Amino acid sequence: MQAVQPAPSADDIQSLIEQHLHLEGPLLPILHSIQETFGHVPQAAIPLVADALNISKAEVHGVMSFYHDLRDAPAGRHVVRICRAEACQAAGADAVSAAALDRLGLDWHGTTPNGSVTVEPVYCLGLCACAPAAMIDDRLHGRVDAARMQDLLKEVGA
Amino acid sequence: MRIFVPRDAAARALGADAVAEAVAVEARRRDIPVEIVRNGTRGMIWLEPLVEVETAAGRTAFGPVREADVAGLFDADFGSHPLALGPVEEIPFFAKQTRLTFARCGLIDPLSLEEYEAHGGLAGLRRALTMDAAGIVAEVTESGLRGRGGAGFPTGIKWNTVLGARAEQKYIVCNADEGDSGTFADRMIMEGDPFSLIEGMAIAGLGVGATKGYVYLRSEYPDAIEVMQAAILVAREAGVLGGSVLGSGRAFDMEVRVGAGAYICGEETSLLNSLEGKRGVVRAKPPLPALEGLFGRPTVVNNVISLATVPVIFEKGASHYRDFGLGRSRGTIPIQIAGNVRYGGLFETAFGMTLGKLVEEIGGGTASGRPVRAVQVGGPLGAYFPVEKFDTPFGYEEFDGQGGLIGHAGIVVFDDTVDMLRMARFAMEFCAVESCGKCTPCRIGSVRGIETIDRIGRGDAAAIEILTDLCETMKEGSLCALGGFAPYPVMSALQHFPEDFTTSHKEAAE
Ligand SMILES: Cc1cc2nc3c(=O)[nH]c(=O)nc-3n(C[C@H](O)[C@H](O)[C@H](O)COP(=O)(O)O)c2cc1C
Ligand code: SF4
Ligand code: FES
Repeated sequence: MQAVQPAPSADDIQSLIEQHLHLEGPLLPILHSIQETFGHVPQAAIPLVADALNISKAEVHGVMSFYHDLRDAPAGRHVVRICRAEACQAAGADAVSAAALDRLGLDWHGTTPNGSVTVEPVYCLGLCACAPAAMIDDRLHGRVDAARMQDLLKEVGA
Repeated sequence: MRIFVPRDAAARALGADAVAEAVAVEARRRDIPVEIVRNGTRGMIWLEPLVEVETAAGRTAFGPVREADVAGLFDADFGSHPLALGPVEEIPFFAKQTRLTFARCGLIDPLSLEEYEAHGGLAGLRRALTMDAAGIVAEVTESGLRGRGGAGFPTGIKWNTVLGARAEQKYIVCNADEGDSGTFADRMIMEGDPFSLIEGMAIAGLGVGATKGYVYLRSEYPDAIEVMQAAILVAREAGVLGGSVLGSGRAFDMEVRVGAGAYICGEETSLLNSLEGKRGVVRAKPPLPALEGLFGRPTVVNNVISLATVPVIFEKGASHYRDFGLGRSRGTIPIQIAGNVRYGGLFETAFGMTLGKLVEEIGGGTASGRPVRAVQVGGPLGAYFPVEKFDTPFGYEEFDGQGGLIGHAGIVVFDDTVDMLRMARFAMEFCAVESCGKCTPCRIGSVRGIETIDRIGRGDAAAIEILTDLCETMKEGSLCALGGFAPYPVMSALQHFPEDFTTSHKEAAE
């Protein structure tokens, strides 16, 4: 489950920032920890991070927008990542993705109206010898055919 | 009784946790004292979860084991059983390998420094501590080790540049971004034998005079992150890392940094920017990272496998390693066989085995049972090989000579249902999604590439020439190999499978 808390306070964000200030190159670790705690990096965090690192807000935004993992809005309660890369395609991943998107009624990056599931493409999970692969929240799944994907989606309430 | 149930991410993705739990429950129920070891994987992924039992005659294997099989295995007293595979190291896929880098992977408890040492671990570091820096670098050069991240640059020469640079602070950066489809060797060793990477980085630090190391590990590998972090703590506690490496008075320490889902951050200069907390945009070279790398300081950037191979080179000697191989490709290479393949997994062998032998004999052909049509070697930027080229020996120059590359040594197998126009389109799509945006031929060219391939798919044969020109432009005008090599899968698909780029094929398919 993604931890989604509605209104992270400035103090909470500040304390996460401070835990990482001793690192060399602390920006990514800070953004990761904020996202891990709140499920996304809230708008309110940007100026706090920029201040703490003495960089511009634009630079923080630039980093946020560069990396696929970082999100500025909460995802659904569960994030389903389906591998689209070559080894999984060779093993039939296209049909798995198509069936999943169809069942969810979503396109890539979409979230179901009830907020239960966000679906994201991923390019290789290192499970290429037991493809097709998927990751649901922090759990990996190998040899996921269309039927198995339906079961997994059912388990997360989609 | 000692029972091994892998904790490798692939094994877990196939149900290993439930199997381990069932083993514990069953043992308790039967009142049998059992020690469950969560080892790494042996790399025979089609047999995962592969359960091993320690017997007087060595370790015997069972697989693939499902939770529901466990009671039956106890009933059979882990003897005769339909899932019995015999002694694990006699399984042909395993017996045919030469395991140097992966010698301990799957054998030991990944977080037991005692077992690591009992199987040759730390012998290399101890030897390196008796040598001077130049001697350490010379040993690596002599081993013939070339970078396993893709470019195949001689590791010793890179280290020598960093050794020669004068600076207050130097760094060892391990590239664990392993983004190539079809590859998982880095993941497997980090999860199965993390101390080999730690030892390799410590030797690198001694060799070039660096006291700090970073492992830049992709976020898609939560298990590897967890094991590496735990292993670093164990190593620090035991004095392998820290202010005085093995009591030598010389410092080396390291930490894990987690990526954020950008393929381009596997490119070394983009990776350094990312470590510094910037957008992962590629830097122009020169300056070389060896001279001006992380925070502008001299930096060794090496792939996980390059670094994890260093300990065995020091343990057994450079010439032992160099004596394996073919031509200028020395030593062994962990080949990852993936995709639509019967025996998928990691196969470490001396350079020189032909692609056909790897796919047909070792890999056993396709999992679907249909004929092999194409294999992609070297990740998303690697060429597609038709069966006609299966006599190509696995080596850097040999693959280059065939218009391909071995990259990080992943082989992805496709059967005869593959549509090569779609694969070419995907290569362009991937380039468009992952481009760092710095140069136009890559950023815009890849989008044009998708459009042009779509035109070809609609029957516009004239667009083939446009695609060819576009690929030339991308090759010539891109700063790094993302834009520069994306044309390889595209053009090799077009060249070897032209029938997939004509309308008649499209109509036949519909
Ligand atoms: C687009 C792109 C992606 C790359 N991805 C990786 C990667 O995931 N892992 C890696 O070790 N090297 C990768 N490389 C190669 C690195 O730039 C660099 O050559 C390598 O880390 C050097 O280490 P080595 O000499 O030990 O191979 C990539 C290169 C490019 C152009
Ligand atoms: S080729 Fe693509 S990824 Fe590489 S530097 Fe240029 S824009 Fe960035
Ligand atoms: S290609 Fe899907 S897990 Fe590697």
